[in-house]
Amino acid sequence: MLLLAVAMLANSLVTNAAWDWPLVWRFLFARTVLHGLLLTLEFTVFAMAIGIALGIVVAVMRMSGNPIVSGVAWAYAWFFRGTPVLVQIIFWSFVGALYPYLSLGIPFGHEFVFFNSNQLIPVYVGVVLGLGLNEAAYMSEIVRAGILSVDHGQSEAAAALGMQHRLVMRRIVLPQAMRIIIPPTGNETISMLKTTSLASVVAVTELFKAVQQIYGANYKYIPLLVVASLWYLLVTSVLSIGQHYIEKRFSRGVTVRPVGGRAR
Amino acid sequence: MSAPVVVADGVRKRFGDVEVLKGIDLTVHSGEVMCIIGPSGSGKSTFLRCINALEMVDGGRLFVQGQLVGCRADASGELYRLNDREVAKCRQHIGMVFQRFNLFPHMTALQNVIEAPTRVAGRDRSRARTDGMEMLRRVGLADRADAYPRDLSGGQQQRVAIARALAMEPELMLFDEPTSALDPELVGDVLDVMRQLAHSGMTMVVVTHEMGFAREVGDSLVFFDDGAVVEAGHPGDVINHPQHQRTQDFLARVS
Ligand SMILES: Nc1ncnc2c1ncn2[C@@H]1O[C@H](COP(=O)(O)OP(=O)(O)OP(=O)(O)O)[C@@H](O)[C@H]1O
Ligand SMILES: [Mg+2]
Repeated sequence: MLLLAVAMLANSLVTNAAWDWPLVWRFLFARTVLHGLLLTLEFTVFAMAIGIALGIVVAVMRMSGNPIVSGVAWAYAWFFRGTPVLVQIIFWSFVGALYPYLSLGIPFGHEFVFFNSNQLIPVYVGVVLGLGLNEAAYMSEIVRAGILSVDHGQSEAAAALGMQHRLVMRRIVLPQAMRIIIPPTGNETISMLKTTSLASVVAVTELFKAVQQIYGANYKYIPLLVVASLWYLLVTSVLSIGQHYIEKRFSRGVTVRPVGGRAR
Repeated sequence: MSAPVVVADGVRKRFGDVEVLKGIDLTVHSGEVMCIIGPSGSGKSTFLRCINALEMVDGGRLFVQGQLVGCRADASGELYRLNDREVAKCRQHIGMVFQRFNLFPHMTALQNVIEAPTRVAGRDRSRARTDGMEMLRRVGLADRADAYPRDLSGGQQQRVAIARALAMEPELMLFDEPTSALDPELVGDVLDVMRQLAHSGMTMVVVTHEMGFAREVGDSLVFFDDGAVVEAGHPGDVINHPQHQRTQDFLARVS
């Protein structure tokens, strides 16, 4: 039964002219599409970079003994998780468009100094901010769960050796928390890749907007959606493979056995 | 015996409404091995943790090498809490060994040992490795330097933990029931290392239920009950001729 269904599906994929594979192939490497893909990748990388870095900061703040510090962190997560990311993207790109010089104070800002006259750049920053700040709220929860998973005896032993709080976090707690943090972070990255398509609403020609523009002109909806999907699939596959290797790297001491095996 | 290393003067500690230490007076001299015994919940671990500022005392005074633990007094006698950096600095000179070893599982035995010397004491990496190997040799584990903790037996892990503490060249070693989590046949190796350390002149405070070790290696024995020192003295005297009923009852139960 299942085989039959698969066979029928495959048959229709190949024979039904609506799929138009030659067209798919032609547009797969079209300049606009590749340019859109690049933008999509940039958004994913920058938004995740902000999300992870800020997420760690928020998580550590959240666990601080100081009620004001942990309160700020709590409020951050509350606000950014409680509002739709689409709203935040639109909001930040408006702020970006209204205050083009804001980009100066933002990470990797120096890159944008040259482009300050260009209206598109602040929108670009707005998208990255919208995605990144939202992501940080989710990442902070993931990081916090990771930190809490590490036995308290670990930070005590490290403190007893004279290590300061920051060093304990960096050398002892976070590396162990990584085992818990990495799998959901991989999922977040893959999810982020797809969420960047929301940037299409603020007139940024990322991958999805690029195919929209093409099928807006030639009305070949299906083949162009296939083009976008193929690229998304390819990149998520590459990300999954990368995730696998990073997970392996951070499971040192947990699954890795040195030669000679277990003593006694 | 010479200069006092630890001086506790009416040390009090409470958790919420419960007073866990009710005025502890003790002195540990340089080179002394003090063993602490007592029933569960009597505050032995809490007292040990106060000595290296893992817990803050609420009352009384606690000095290590003449310095107030975790605080600083200004000219008028007002006390100020030390900050993270200052507390960390004080802890460098105090080694601590835990019941559950607490080795860093993502590092090999040698990496565990050289982590603090390189990152905290700022020692040169190659020198730290040489010294670290020497420490592992002292605890009989030079051949296991590249093993991860999970591939070591409990007794081996605890010996690495001792080597890790010694690598910071502490002036005082604290042991919190170092053999309680071990299979009986592995206890001996750890006690041997501790005995050797005691003979080398290390000042040690050892919370333990190993009465044989206390009698043989200890210079003094303290019996804690309900947050107070009930009895203290030479181990032989306390064990053979306990003066208090509570000490007698406890000793009858453990031996
Ligand atoms: N962080 C803490 N918060 C609240 N209560 C605590 C805390 N640490 C210890 N206690 C309580 O303080 C009391 C003394 O604990 P402590 O661990 O010092 O006893 P102990 O003599 O070491 O006992 P054991 O032999 O079981 O290790 C216990 O009642 C314990 O529940
Ligand atoms: Mg205890």
